[in-house]
Amino acid sequence: MNALAPSRLTRWIIGILVGAFFAIPLISTFLYTLHDPKGGMSWVNWHKLIDPAFASTLQPIWTGLGNSLVLAVVTVLIVLVLLAPTMILVHLRFPKLRPVFEFLALLPISIPAIVLVVGLSPIYLQIARMLGTGTWTLAFAYGITVLPFAYRAIQASIDAADLRTLSEAARTLGAGWPTVVVKVLAPNLRQGLLAASLISVAVVLGEFTIASLLNRQVFQTAMVVVRNQDPYLPAIFTLLALLLVFVLLLIIGRAARGHRKARS
Amino acid sequence: MTAPLPRTQDNALLADAGDGTAVQLQGIVKSYSGNTVLHGVDLDIAPGEFVSLLGPSGCGKTTLLRVLAGLEGSDSGAVLLGGRDVSRVPTNKRDIGMVFQSYSLFPHLRVVENTAFGLRRRGVGKADAAKRALDALALVGLEEHAGKFPHQLSGGQQQRVALARALVTEPKVLLLDEPLSALDAKVRVQLRDEIRRIQLRLGITTVFVTHDQEEALAVSDRIAVMSAGRIEQIGSPEELYGAPATASVAAFVGLSSVVGGTADGASVVVWGQTLPLQTPATGPVDVYLRPENVVFAEGADAAVRGTVEESTFLGSMRRTVVRTEAGERVTVQHSPGIRPAFGDAVGIALLGEPVAARPRG
Amino acid sequence: MTTAVTPGADATESAPVPVGTARGEGSRRSASWAWLGLTPFAAYVLLFLALPTVLALASGLFTKTGAFTWSNLSALVDPAVLSTFASSTWVSLLTAIVGAVVGALVCYALLGMNPEGAVRQSVDAAAGVLAQFGGVMLAFAFIATIGVQGIITTLLKDSFGVNIFAGGTWIYEVPGLLLPYIYFQIPLMVITFMPALAALKPQWAEANATLGGTRASFWLHIGFPVLAPSFLASLLLLFANAFSSYATAAALISQGSQIVPLQIRAALTSETVLGRENLAGTLALGMIVVVGVVMALYSLIQRRAARWQA
Repeated sequence: MNALAPSRLTRWIIGILVGAFFAIPLISTFLYTLHDPKGGMSWVNWHKLIDPAFASTLQPIWTGLGNSLVLAVVTVLIVLVLLAPTMILVHLRFPKLRPVFEFLALLPISIPAIVLVVGLSPIYLQIARMLGTGTWTLAFAYGITVLPFAYRAIQASIDAADLRTLSEAARTLGAGWPTVVVKVLAPNLRQGLLAASLISVAVVLGEFTIASLLNRQVFQTAMVVVRNQDPYLPAIFTLLALLLVFVLLLIIGRAARGHRKARS
Repeated sequence: MTAPLPRTQDNALLADAGDGTAVQLQGIVKSYSGNTVLHGVDLDIAPGEFVSLLGPSGCGKTTLLRVLAGLEGSDSGAVLLGGRDVSRVPTNKRDIGMVFQSYSLFPHLRVVENTAFGLRRRGVGKADAAKRALDALALVGLEEHAGKFPHQLSGGQQQRVALARALVTEPKVLLLDEPLSALDAKVRVQLRDEIRRIQLRLGITTVFVTHDQEEALAVSDRIAVMSAGRIEQIGSPEELYGAPATASVAAFVGLSSVVGGTADGASVVVWGQTLPLQTPATGPVDVYLRPENVVFAEGADAAVRGTVEESTFLGSMRRTVVRTEAGERVTVQHSPGIRPAFGDAVGIALLGEPVAARPRG
Repeated sequence: MTTAVTPGADATESAPVPVGTARGEGSRRSASWAWLGLTPFAAYVLLFLALPTVLALASGLFTKTGAFTWSNLSALVDPAVLSTFASSTWVSLLTAIVGAVVGALVCYALLGMNPEGAVRQSVDAAAGVLAQFGGVMLAFAFIATIGVQGIITTLLKDSFGVNIFAGGTWIYEVPGLLLPYIYFQIPLMVITFMPALAALKPQWAEANATLGGTRASFWLHIGFPVLAPSFLASLLLLFANAFSSYATAAALISQGSQIVPLQIRAALTSETVLGRENLAGTLALGMIVVVGVVMALYSLIQRRAARWQA
């Protein structure tokens, strides 16, 4: 028995009070979405999602969501193809650089997006000249935004997997480096890579600041635009998006638990 | 080398040393979610006695200690300190001192503040408490480290501080829950001797939990060997080693080889040799042989022949494991001068010392 | 023990290796391949983190025509800017304190629960969502709740005759930020502070009991003192988090410069703010000084606190 643990009563009191504070806005949002302009409550707002009459009102959200999903894919690619291999390289070859890397990876927390976007503005002007004004180029900035989250997830996996021994074993058995990375190291990092990818998807879906101030249409900016025409639709998407990300994080948490069980 | 204890007239703790308090556990029963961990344990400890609770993990020794401390309640049974029933008294009012396995020093307090903690809780003034704390630290040889923080000390030093902290309030009984298990082997031996020395000098009743039989044999007045929630045997180290009451005691205390034999009342026949039994038995039995009672023998003197499987040099002696023709593994303890090699054919015989045996099947 | 001779960055140039052998050349080649392997990421971080930051901060030091000047910085003492920084500060401080205290209580309520159990897992996931991904969506949720047409607003008006907006529609001004901010500050506190609380060793509580202390004296003399540095560090993190936050405020307050991030928005979208040049850059500089100092303090305290958690 943990001598420090609070009594059940204390747990319940805190749980109910704080739980209420967090539940009320969510429940209210749901009730809000059930608001029928003709009075009372109905699913009329939810029907708008599939009602062709509202397709044009909803169009920005579908466009924004599509863009966000593309951005999520590209960002995950940056994480998997650029960040992860570099982290493996630092771990195996430049262990002394780890504190530097760690500082770098946590820097985006200290440099707010609103500050970053002031400096990204001129950079993206140049990018527009070279690669066009497609929304997907935002992924370069997003790779930095997800850096702290992805770094932590992958590093936890690297620390747990003892890559050095695995790669040395593979090398003494005759594997070339590409084989080592792809066939030996990556599978052992699968859980961390998956967590990093899912978190990156969540961050990208929720990003607003950079997209908004660089005038790109993404999921979050679209919701703000549509809010002016129909305040109920953004509320619906809010609930759906929050639920989705909640499930994503639960999956990540569950995967971590399964991995831990396997190790012990 | 450990420093000598301070002079009694210089040290308040030593000067106050008294006669100790009697401790009794009566019929302690404890269960956790359906599993009975303690089956009605009785234990009588005389004032000033050093008793070890010895046994494998899960035998209930730590639970028993924690019931004694009041950190856990028992389902039934009583705890008496100095004749007074404290079963319902909460831990902080029992006037005990306890040393935990690790991590029990408060990280934010200096060594002297840690040590003085119990005194301060009892309302002793800061200066007075600090003085007495320094006396306690002098007892464990750490007065120079009084200003340091726990993370600046080694594991052995931390446990010494924990000991000083437990003793400074002059509690009725000192409880130690595997205090040496987390330490290096050499530190372990040094510290256990120190604990014993201080305990003898202070005359404080002490209960010591350990899974290391060598440790228990070295420092205790009496040892209670526990298994599956019961005390199998309680006695002096010599009694337990020489006359184990049950097979599990014989197996746990000291090193034993197990071989087959046929018992006939007061004696047992092993490999054609007749040996006296410690407790009477009949029929086929498992016999426990001490390595020092097994010797190499040649020709007709050998009770059985076998092959050497391994031989370990231990400084003052050698231990050799021999596999008999019947497939039994027997450990022989002998002088280092004899150096058996793997695969050597040897003959062994038994000295006529009494042995413990348990009916088979 | 056999040692595998692996060529790599560890192989020094001065190692006695015969010139021209495959291994010698391999080790030199391998070392430079390794350094080369770092360049893509280094270039990426340089281009999209270092460069924008420098540009943002430096733009406050240049005029529109590109001449170096200190005069832009005087904007930081302009009353309009100072009052914005003040607003940002008090909102961040208040929500940080409330978030820290309530968050700590939540952590306490979770203490001792099975980390793999359903309750912990759900709370961890929920805290993650609300702390890091809420942003704009929290604004919508609060508009739906206590907005002018919000569910709670109408409930209070219809059932209890209470009009919470009798004094003005504060939800679309700075006070309206408080509740949504607290909504993500508390989860962030739970994420940040839980490790510290979980690092409290039960042995300390037991030792306290054997030494004669009570539950109350435990928290007073051991629990709170040991937790204080972590609590302070988390408080600083919450402050920085609120100070930097943009999305929620932007969604609630569509126009104006009530807090620093919104003032930066106004400066970037070229609304006439004070008629100053490169105001966005100057504001960014001021903001990063504040956040930077707070985060530096945070990491300093956190490192010391970690020592006690080992």
